Amino acid sequence: MTTSRREFLKIAGASALTLITFPVFPVGAKENVRIPGQDFTSAKPLTARRWAMAIDTSKCSKDCTDCIVACHAIHNVPDFGNPKDEVKWIWQEPFAAVFPDNQHAYSGQAIQKMRLPVLCNHCANPSCVRVCPTQATFKRPDGIVMMDYHRCIGCRLCMAGCPYGARSMNFHDPRPFIAKINPDFPTRTKGVVEKCNFCQERLAKGLLPACVLACKEKALVFGDLEDPLSDIRSLLKERFNLRRKAHLGTRPQIYYIV
Amino acid sequence: MKQHKWRFILPGLVIFVVGVTFPLWYSAVNSTPVPVLSLDTPVINQLQNKECVEDKAFMSADHMKMLHAWRDEVVREGKREYTAKDGRKFEKSLTRTCLSCHSNKEQFCDRCHNYAGAKPTCYDCHIIPEEVKK
Repeated sequence: MTTSRREFLKIAGASALTLITFPVFPVGAKENVRIPGQDFTSAKPLTARRWAMAIDTSKCSKDCTDCIVACHAIHNVPDFGNPKDEVKWIWQEPFAAVFPDNQHAYSGQAIQKMRLPVLCNHCANPSCVRVCPTQATFKRPDGIVMMDYHRCIGCRLCMAGCPYGARSMNFHDPRPFIAKINPDFPTRTKGVVEKCNFCQERLAKGLLPACVLACKEKALVFGDLEDPLSDIRSLLKERFNLRRKAHLGTRPQIYYIV
Repeated sequence: MKQHKWRFILPGLVIFVVGVTFPLWYSAVNSTPVPVLSLDTPVINQLQNKECVEDKAFMSADHMKMLHAWRDEVVREGKREYTAKDGRKFEKSLTRTCLSCHSNKEQFCDRCHNYAGAKPTCYDCHIIPEEVKK
């Protein structure tokens, strides 16, 4: 039997139609519900060769605590209500405490009354990393000085080693002293030291640090120092800036634009 | 003279042997029943294919080793994605991955930990989402 061209096209068209199927019965459907955490694709993480922060002190007002509130809420930082036990990741200090070498008896009232935000300087040559006996504090390749709380034995050598007072000890169990626990970030436990982590857990999700986003005045600029086109590089090129106690040789990476 | 010596040694030996073997026969008499772990959670009930990150035998024997490896890889190397033996991918997170399914920590984790006398310190810092909600 010979098929005409017309017949052949008819059959071919009808066969093609049968390929369009509707999933009436999900026979092949293996699983409808995703296991939590499955097929995890991390949002594009923010990466850098050298993270750093610039703080524009002219934009930072003395009465504003937005960055502190945001950071401490996200990271479950406890408030023990006692200055001796205070735990702080980012906080305010008077100018004389931030830059002790740059203040003198003739500084103006404006400078004497100034209060600046301070945090861990994520030093390029961190003394805390050097003194830590368990390597609980370590420096990542991207410059973040980070703590592995699992390894911390609470010896507080890092607190003695840090010239900026950026580290706090949990003298009590912090859980009852956290106003509202953020389930996305672990708390700490009694007997470990803690500090700012440059929001490494947010960078991994592609988010900027909480303090940077919380600042309405955009006084905090976060970026890659090794990238010549980054905002922070152009800012540091154009504006005069200071680093805290730079003469100590820790090579701090928080730049204060004054 | 010889008999006189054994009068003291024998009771001492008996007390020693009984004392040393005490844990063995005590546990033989008072055997604690093996705990029954509950998988009755809303998320697990919805799963058609009730399979953990790895197979059951591996998870019950080696979950602590896996979590230790996750911990070190995430914190120290920044590697947050786990590829299971069958190729499925998971976020390495106790709170967000494990406890999302096993939201009944008291009927699942704790029962076996108590039975085995294990006291994991994970929960000193890592948050149990159910407890925060309370």
